[in-house]
Amino acid sequence: MITANAVTKRYPDGHEALKNVSFEVTAGEMVFLTGHSGAGKSTLFKLLAAIERPTAGSIVINGQNLAALRRNAIPYLRRKLGLIFQDQKLLFDRTVLDNVLLPLSIVGHPARDAPRRAQAALAKVGLPNREKAFPIALSGGEQQRLAIARAVVNRPAIILADEPTANLDAESATEILGIFRAFQQVGVTVLIATHDPLILARLKPRILRLDKGEMSEPLPDQSAAGSVP
Amino acid sequence: MIAWIGHHLTALREALRHLAAAPLNTLLSLLVIGVALTLPTAGWLAIENLRTLTGNTPGVQQISIFLELDAGQRERGEIESRLRQAAAGSWHFVPRAEALKRLQESEGMAEIIGSLPKNPLPDAFVVTPADSQPESLEHLAETFSQWPKVAHVQLDSVWVKRLDALLRLAKLVVMLLAVLFAGALVTITFNTIRLQILAHADEIEVAKLIGATDSYIQRPLHYFGLLQGALGGLCAALLVTAGSHLLTPPVAELARLYGADFTLQSLSARDFGGLAAIGGGLGWLGAKISALIHLRGSR
Repeated sequence: MITANAVTKRYPDGHEALKNVSFEVTAGEMVFLTGHSGAGKSTLFKLLAAIERPTAGSIVINGQNLAALRRNAIPYLRRKLGLIFQDQKLLFDRTVLDNVLLPLSIVGHPARDAPRRAQAALAKVGLPNREKAFPIALSGGEQQRLAIARAVVNRPAIILADEPTANLDAESATEILGIFRAFQQVGVTVLIATHDPLILARLKPRILRLDKGEMSEPLPDQSAAGSVP
Repeated sequence: MIAWIGHHLTALREALRHLAAAPLNTLLSLLVIGVALTLPTAGWLAIENLRTLTGNTPGVQQISIFLELDAGQRERGEIESRLRQAAAGSWHFVPRAEALKRLQESEGMAEIIGSLPKNPLPDAFVVTPADSQPESLEHLAETFSQWPKVAHVQLDSVWVKRLDALLRLAKLVVMLLAVLFAGALVTITFNTIRLQILAHADEIEVAKLIGATDSYIQRPLHYFGLLQGALGGLCAALLVTAGSHLLTPPVAELARLYGADFTLQSLSARDFGGLAAIGGGLGWLGAKISALIHLRGSR
């Protein structure tokens, strides 16, 4: 589903954020990408979402090589991904429902059916009956749920989440991870970047570890694909 | 196809929402655009009115041939056969009695003419030459004046030509004004769209990140420019209409004093539509350029 081959990202100032990184995530897997802050997690996230382009190497998502992607093909790639950003990027001047309607509007989903679809997504993340509220009125955990609802409303095959549990208390974080697991169980490929050691210790998922821009081999007992105790 | 219409409806709704979201800004922009379009529109209207004043056919040139007072039936026939020979175009004969009658109908002339012992006017031919080039007109007039019993030849075209040249000049000035203010309209829209993009930077960024195409982002901006321009055009039409309504009574009074039957023509429904279309088109252009330039860097 996602294949990275010898990916290097060098910024104009000479800083090498990723060095020769290779990995593969197969369809339906739930994989955690970890490492200290500054290890290159966010850079890799940006490359996967085609926000930035690799300096060298190739990234293939769903059979499409991102390095060769034309600029006007990028929107169509992103529609296949459910992106959850570290800063969530919610629109605070729109209601919860309108935030979730935005991706549907972008793909031209019939306006008559869109609210029903958005409500279904909100229910799936455990945020029903808040559609008229504005994001500012939501708790941190609820805002994260809203971000997930917006990411999944178009039913993407792949979810990419950057630090989805940062700034959440342990209980909320566990609930959020439960939501991701539910998506994985219905066949969605999930890649989560996190530096939260608690989560990793508890779930024992497959882990991709970045260290100063290099991918170190995951420990053998943590490589069981997507297995959750 | 349905998705495409849906996208356009969404964009239109979005543009209307943005126009309504800042009513004061919208009103000010509309007024600025309206005033910018008012000047060339008013100039154009003035020229159109002057044109109707100069007669229905301002371009037609005529030559009047006045005969000697003692010219009779025979001389008249002679001139007519010469005109036929010269193949000068069409002509008609104005007998002196008819000329007098016409003059009497003119304001204030009846009394003066009534006091004259006899008809002072000569018989005349009014010739409308087939070839209305200035040189050939001069040549014809020269020829006519050589003929027997011809007292005076007058090129009626002179004042028409002068007025026509003046109107052409005025038209050019109005056209230059129009180009200038069209540029202003495009610039105004360019700037309002730039501000729109700045104000909605978050929204645009998020939309792009979750798969919006450039057209999805730009479409509401195009509609915004189009609507703003069209409404500004209607604003201008209303301003010009109001102005011409104010001017109608004094103009009618002036015309009455000169004994002329003239009413100021205002803008028609078609002109309203035309102004809205021109304003809309220019607004769209400004929005298009602005969106292209200001969204170029976004990923």
